Amino acid sequence: MNATCTTSSASDAVSTVEIDASCRVPLFTLFVSAAVWLVVASVFGLIASLKFHSPNLLSGCAWLTYGRVHPVATNALLYGFALQAGFGVALWIIARIGQTRVAQPWLIAVGGKLWNFGLLIGILGILGGDSTGFENLEIPSYGVVFLFLGYLLIGFWSLVTLHRRQERALGPSQWFLLAAFFWFPWIYFTANYLLLAHTPIRGVTQAIVDWWYIGNLNLVWFGLVGLAVAFYFIEQLMNRALHSRYLALFTFWTILLFASWSGIPRSAPVPAWIPAMSTVATVLTLVTALSVMVNIYQTCGRGCSQTENPPPGKFIAFGTGAFVIAWLMNSISAIPEVNAVTNFTWYTVAQWQLNVFGFFAMTMFGAIYYIVPRVTGMEWPSAKSVGRHFWLAAIGIILIALPLAIGGLIEGVHWRNPKLTNVDVAKNALNFLRVSTIGEVLILLGNVLLLGNLIGLSVRYYKIHFVPVYKDVTAKLDPAEVKP
Amino acid sequence: MRYGPIVFLAAFLTLSASWCGFVLTPQIQLGRAVQETNSVVKAELYPQGRPGLARAGLEVYRADGCFYCHSQQVDQKKTLVDVFLTDAGKTPTAVAQALEDAHAGTFSAPGLAAGLPKPVLRNATMESASVLASLLKKAGATAELHLAPAGPDIERGWGARRTVAQDFISDSTVMLGSQRVGPDLANVGARLPDENWQLMHLYAPRSVTKDSPMPSYPFLFERRKTGQHPAPDALQQLPKEFAPPAGYEIVPKPEARALVAYLLSLRSDTPLYEAPLTPPAPPAAATNAPAK
Repeated sequence: MNATCTTSSASDAVSTVEIDASCRVPLFTLFVSAAVWLVVASVFGLIASLKFHSPNLLSGCAWLTYGRVHPVATNALLYGFALQAGFGVALWIIARIGQTRVAQPWLIAVGGKLWNFGLLIGILGILGGDSTGFENLEIPSYGVVFLFLGYLLIGFWSLVTLHRRQERALGPSQWFLLAAFFWFPWIYFTANYLLLAHTPIRGVTQAIVDWWYIGNLNLVWFGLVGLAVAFYFIEQLMNRALHSRYLALFTFWTILLFASWSGIPRSAPVPAWIPAMSTVATVLTLVTALSVMVNIYQTCGRGCSQTENPPPGKFIAFGTGAFVIAWLMNSISAIPEVNAVTNFTWYTVAQWQLNVFGFFAMTMFGAIYYIVPRVTGMEWPSAKSVGRHFWLAAIGIILIALPLAIGGLIEGVHWRNPKLTNVDVAKNALNFLRVSTIGEVLILLGNVLLLGNLIGLSVRYYKIHFVPVYKDVTAKLDPAEVKP
Repeated sequence: MRYGPIVFLAAFLTLSASWCGFVLTPQIQLGRAVQETNSVVKAELYPQGRPGLARAGLEVYRADGCFYCHSQQVDQKKTLVDVFLTDAGKTPTAVAQALEDAHAGTFSAPGLAAGLPKPVLRNATMESASVLASLLKKAGATAELHLAPAGPDIERGWGARRTVAQDFISDSTVMLGSQRVGPDLANVGARLPDENWQLMHLYAPRSVTKDSPMPSYPFLFERRKTGQHPAPDALQQLPKEFAPPAGYEIVPKPEARALVAYLLSLRSDTPLYEAPLTPPAPPAAATNAPAK
């Protein structure tokens, strides 16, 4: 009995190279399309930002109006980059920790194609005026169907990969990822079904469901996946275990329990118990941010500053820092007295950008820069541009989040002074917003560097692996070799 | 948390709880809400459904993403109460004493009956107003309480009271908005009821509001040659720098008309039991003073 066990596990043992190779097809699909959507998102984000410099800019055609360009930027960032890169990185981590090959890599790649097709027609739909009118869920139903089918393929086979792991006991990163893979289809299906079905729910229940979805996507899902990736890479790059698994468990539970109820502002025109409960839950997410901060500080200790941080480490360190700040900003702004100032202002936009880009996207950049060379067995064509991307993205997001947060607080105080006209309030806030345009430009440049590097690497990979094969296949045969 | 099923169960239970709380329960509580004769003053159903053109306008509002810059939720910090004396009764001295006891001020007893109804207490809390009202009742006088919602949004003139769930029950695609780059629109139909102003504002915001940061929406309008028969609905009072060249006119497309109809249908100034107010009606009008 014992002997068979040993032999079977020995024969099952898969080399790291094999695991990485099994990720190649799905990860290529997910990462290259994610990088393309990232550039799309930052181009549209820049257009939206420029409209605050000159309101008549590009106002002549309907599909370039602010109310269409802005949701295209957010949806391309959320569904095009963040979720898609998250799926890819999560898949690789699941395979690596589980010491097993990816299950059905081709089907996952097909899922990725469906996801991108759905997103493409969804984005075109928004530009054409088919936006659903629900924030973070603007993609019309004909796009959602493909996104959901694509996710089912990606999610199902990722969970099968998790199930095939060699070591049965699960570590922190795996808890977070398992919960996230289960969380997304539930919230996405619920929200889209209730809001876009043939007879949708009516009245403010629509707004409540939308808020519920936004909280569960932006805090729970990004929190779970982003932290799973951050914990995994901190352990890898620091070459030591996480300071406390129990603290990580605490983080996990507080995200599931509190963040899933967060996000409904105090003044919402809904029955009073709803914002009351949501306020309590959102304030309590404070402990999530603190537990992550303590755990990571204790793990890295002074080592963080001492080690020669390779670029992936820099991205992940920045990402975790942004996580703590973004979550603190969120929970503090839920306190009723603070919310009365911050609600409806650019402060909430600053918090959103810091969470989605500063935390999640930055963590994904670090992971992508680490994973892709291992999966392809090739170095990045331009190592310099990896470092440049870090600085462009880091300075870019600071130049977006900081002015918008300060400008938002000032705007909030101004809105409470009825003597200031709304044009005055908006004009004061606009100066801060205009600074953030510089941040948008820097982020766009950084994103172009990532895409360029990925494309460069793909071309090289193609040249090395496909061109010789093609030449071999198409080479003229030496008559002497032809057997009669 | 070592094994998959436990992690799965943790996620399943927590998400179920959140789903039951913020998806299922609100739907049970509000999903079947119908129009009610909830309005305090009028005996009609509230809210009235939007007319067809306004419903078409809601689709324009949605498609062009107006809700990214305009919220539709008026906030209210508190309700202030004014106490109006309507009848001084037969014992003005007792009434004057009651007013003094309630710290409403010193009134001379003989002059009380003059110029009724008149305010004897302004901007008070509900508590002190009801104390005064009961004291006055004991003294043989009658008083009315006038409720005035207050808060920065209301002082800005964005609404007469806070918005509540009842205001939206007949709408599908409820766009409450999350940001205020521009003003709140929950009550814009009552605030800016001029259709021509609204059209000019959509075509060229800066033609009616100086320095407005709002984008213009020329694609909702058609610029065409003024023929033999000028369009009756062409924009008339456009200032020079926004007006089309001579021989041309700016005619709103159906989308613009629909959007304006929707904007004008946005009003939330009906007094409701959950958001009471005394409308600025002629003094003789009925009030919503709580039943005594």
